[in-house]
Amino acid sequence: MSEVALRTTYRLRIGGAFRRSESGRTFEVRGADGGYLANAALASGRDVRDAVAAARTAFPAWSGSSAYDRGQQLFRVAEILAEHRARFAAEIGRAVGVPAATAYAEVDAAVDRWLWYTGWTDKIAQVRGGANPVVGPFVNITVPEPAGVVAVLAPQESPLLGLVSVLAPAIAGGNTSVVVASERYPLPALGLAEVCAAAGLPDGVVNVLTGEVAEVAPWLAAHQDVNAIDLAGAPGALADDLAVAAAGTLKRVVRLPDADWTAEPGLDRMFGTLESKTVWHPVSPGL
Amino acid sequence: MRFEYAAAQETRTLAALRDSYGLFIGGSFAAGASVFKTISPATEEVLAEVTHGATEDVDRAVLAARQAYERVWSAMPGRARSRYLFTIARLIKERAGELAFLETLDGGRPIRQTREVDVPLAAAHFFYHAGWADKLGYAGFGPSPRPLGVVGQVISWSSPLLMLAWQIAPALACGNTVILKPSEATPLTALAFAEICRQADLPPGVVNVVTGDGATGQLVAGHPGLDKVAFTGSAEVGKEIAKSCALSGKPLTLKLGGTAVNIVCADADIEAAAGGIAAGVFVDQGHVCCAGSRVLVEAPVRDELVAALRRRMSALRLGDPLDVNTDVGAVISRAQLDKISELVASGEAEGAQRWSPPCPLPDRGFWFPPTAFTEVADAHRIGGAELAGPVLTVSTFDSPAEAVERAGGTRYGLAAGVWTQRGALAGWLASRLRTGVVWTNAFNRFDPAAPFGGYREAGFGTDGGRHGLEAYLDLPGGVDV
Repeated sequence: MSEVALRTTYRLRIGGAFRRSESGRTFEVRGADGGYLANAALASGRDVRDAVAAARTAFPAWSGSSAYDRGQQLFRVAEILAEHRARFAAEIGRAVGVPAATAYAEVDAAVDRWLWYTGWTDKIAQVRGGANPVVGPFVNITVPEPAGVVAVLAPQESPLLGLVSVLAPAIAGGNTSVVVASERYPLPALGLAEVCAAAGLPDGVVNVLTGEVAEVAPWLAAHQDVNAIDLAGAPGALADDLAVAAAGTLKRVVRLPDADWTAEPGLDRMFGTLESKTVWHPVSPGL
Repeated sequence: MRFEYAAAQETRTLAALRDSYGLFIGGSFAAGASVFKTISPATEEVLAEVTHGATEDVDRAVLAARQAYERVWSAMPGRARSRYLFTIARLIKERAGELAFLETLDGGRPIRQTREVDVPLAAAHFFYHAGWADKLGYAGFGPSPRPLGVVGQVISWSSPLLMLAWQIAPALACGNTVILKPSEATPLTALAFAEICRQADLPPGVVNVVTGDGATGQLVAGHPGLDKVAFTGSAEVGKEIAKSCALSGKPLTLKLGGTAVNIVCADADIEAAAGGIAAGVFVDQGHVCCAGSRVLVEAPVRDELVAALRRRMSALRLGDPLDVNTDVGAVISRAQLDKISELVASGEAEGAQRWSPPCPLPDRGFWFPPTAFTEVADAHRIGGAELAGPVLTVSTFDSPAEAVERAGGTRYGLAAGVWTQRGALAGWLASRLRTGVVWTNAFNRFDPAAPFGGYREAGFGTDGGRHGLEAYLDLPGGVDV
């Protein structure tokens, strides 16, 4: 009996739902050899609006949960990602056209990267915050706090490791996110969304849009309720436009030189989506 | 007021207790020349025979740790060490019921506390330090800090699994290998932890567990093959180790006892203060190193606080530590019971007023009823000594400045609790108290991310948080603490 492959249409991940684009549009995702892989949703401005709303809704609980709890939840994501190693490696292999060993190496590096940021949840405050020796009678401390909703334009290459390298720092710091997946290689981002859902990551912490970056990203860059944007996945000219649009609402813009995603990333991306809060607390024996 | 509860005991099938345990050296259990018996302090029944580590055993353990350090552990990328520590954290969680049971059986600490506090915190310590193993360069000790090497760790019978985690997790995260000597009173959870290391496929020799009494502890702490010594226990032994390390120049951290102070100001929420104080000193029968045994209360609210404390003490349930309804378990040993009894007798002889609620004690095992002294003077022995039992002392003060001065009147400086609803006063007291930890309107809070350690004779070196890594890194310039 000859098997007829069931053709999949991947959905957007918005809040707690996997759903089609509100516009009803889809596009074909093809592999490195030109062969058909799947259909994916072509996100619209309305999908952007819904994804930002979902991220905003999720923000108070996610940013308010303890660093320990965030660490535990992100650790669970890493565990499930590792369990699905073969699936991701196969997907990357077909999409990018790399040998299996290279694809597996990317998945393993992505798990390591996710774990690396997981460990930062309860450590970043001691590295970026601190006690301030002010003159007056005050205990004075500075603590990092998440900026809010972060738009993450995933790198166009390195569909899983690159994605993890830009998404994990945002949510580890307590932000919620709207990810725009790599245009050519969107499937690993949708797979990661499924992993996040299976891991019980609260709905809305990671929202994933697929489609054309040039269409979707300007909505995000100009959106009043987006607090920061990582431009990793925007080509140079578009990135300039997005940075200008982001300046209209004084978004925090993370725009770093093209990275070698296999190298240890440093803290630029975490710092880029964190604010600093300084608390003055009086010290006095009398009334 | 007395409520009766049906017995709610943990069942013994939770842990497969073996008749005898060997030493865990180089990744496997090996018999030694002689054994001793570990008993349940609640019933005095023998739980298991445990091996007494001798000179040649400690030598073998140090050699195994040295080989593991040089060949495997120090050369391994941080992310690989990180994964081992994550796995250990997971396994502690998976075996949580068993570990809590063993800890309670062997140490007399009520099961509710081992299950809800000690074991989850131990797992959290490994989880937290797993995250440091691959980011030591960010901890503020230079771009690529190095481990010290082979570390000897001697720990005590107070919350032994948690103390094991406090020592082993940062040591391994920083790339050191370890010889751990648990107390002869509470070896069972350390031995279960050795099994967990095997389950986690931790490379042989990275963690070695050598059981035994004080003599074995001396062999470990004094071994010339070590690069660092960490000791948790009594001040007397700690000072001896400090002297020997002073001569060898070996880095040393000490977590010794002390007595913590609770300062209750006139404006405090008295019920909350009484609750925090009672939990802080009667938890673990006062055996916690930072048990808040000294209460300084501002004179106008003294009577109200004493009444609230007595009411809470009357509601405490003393008895079978394996019963989830139990608040106060068994004293760790007969020797410790004698020590507490002697100190309490001295308090009475010196004129302090002793009070205990009606509290029938079981016929077998080692027990001491919750006890409060009032009319205590700082000059009384009980006014400044480490009581290490379910005993608290109450005396009064007239001004915040006096409270600070009196709080500093002991040789210790481990921890303090401050009870006031005025934030500025809490901040003022916290900034002036000479203690390593200050809890405001709280007591005995622990977290892997929060450094813990004491001033003066409470020891030196900090456990936990970014600061705690310092104790297990070889810092440029040879800073030893």
